[in-house]
Amino acid sequence: MKDKKFIISGVIVFLILATFPFWYNRGKAAPAPEVELTAKAKAAKVCVRSTDYMKAEHMQLLDVWRDSVVRRGDRIYVSPSGQEYNMSLSNTCLDCHSNKAEFCDRCHNYASVRPYCWDCHIDNPKENS
Amino acid sequence: MDSSRRRVLQLLGLSSLALTARPVLNAVAAGGGGDENPAPVIKPNDKALTAKQWAMVIDTRQFESVDDVEPLVEACDSIHNVPHFQNKRHEIKWIWEAHYHNAFPGKAARFMSEEVEHRPFVVLCNHCENPPCVRACPTKATFKRESDGIVLMDFHRCIGCRFCMAACPFGARSFNYRDPRPFIKEVNKKFPTRMKGVVEKCNFCAERLAEGRLPACVEASEGKLIFGDLYDPKSEVRELIRTNYTIRRKQVLGTEPAVYYIV
Repeated sequence: MKDKKFIISGVIVFLILATFPFWYNRGKAAPAPEVELTAKAKAAKVCVRSTDYMKAEHMQLLDVWRDSVVRRGDRIYVSPSGQEYNMSLSNTCLDCHSNKAEFCDRCHNYASVRPYCWDCHIDNPKENS
Repeated sequence: MDSSRRRVLQLLGLSSLALTARPVLNAVAAGGGGDENPAPVIKPNDKALTAKQWAMVIDTRQFESVDDVEPLVEACDSIHNVPHFQNKRHEIKWIWEAHYHNAFPGKAARFMSEEVEHRPFVVLCNHCENPPCVRACPTKATFKRESDGIVLMDFHRCIGCRFCMAACPFGARSFNYRDPRPFIKEVNKKFPTRMKGVVEKCNFCAERLAEGRLPACVEASEGKLIFGDLYDPKSEVRELIRTNYTIRRKQVLGTEPAVYYIV
């Protein structure tokens, strides 16, 4: 037990270093982003599912849509409200949500995710036309 | 001693009961939330054209010069965002014009009809009934659609290994060596582009068939290309195949191409 003071001070230094990011950034949490809706999206009022569902599960929904459209050719989505939608990211989703920078990107950047949807799907069907 | 053993057994029994009750409670909680009552339904478009195996008959007698082929290629390229690269090695082809010797190697007779030999032949993916590209694909990115026999690609899944290009005896597949976006003359915003590193090819206009429209090249050909169900004995393609002499590309390989040529 002769090295007690070295061990304890070592442990303290380690704890300080390991928790440094937490206390250094304390109270500086980035505020949750506000997304903006386009006029068209506002007018539509509802998305294909409820807003909460879309916020949490849109990626799963898109995954199901993709498999259905590409593999089986079934392209009509009847939402719980009974409305029919063409299952298309380019032509349905991005037609309403044509403001990628203010809608998609804000949340994706906040959550630090980099989906590669827009490598192929054209991000803004109306802009640059 | 006795009572403590009994107590332990009681606790074990109760805790195992609690463990089995947990999923039930969860299910009740999820179901009772009244999230959205009728479950969403996915269904095909009522207007969609359907077939057991889509097939195409190309009446090459009606093609005189490359000018007859160009509108077809143009219609396809503009709809599907097919890029135009200057470098031939980067070329992306969905539908194109080929010389008789290249379209039908080994079929040229000596001293054959010059008129036939110099006709432009429209070539595209044959949507084979026994497609070698599908067998070669390690990720099932390319697949033969059960419902209508189209050999389709799921670009999301393509890893760019190019096995399918090696497997296809018709050269119907092209690889995106570069990002194609800057090389698309006019982007059709209703159809996705591709990205660097994926293979692409003709999709028999699956996206148009789903809306009840014929493929773009068929529409643009004004009757030179005929499209229909190979397994419907009353279809126009069957009628044409029955009443005309038709050839298929590299039929001897056994891939059973679904594109027939009237020569």
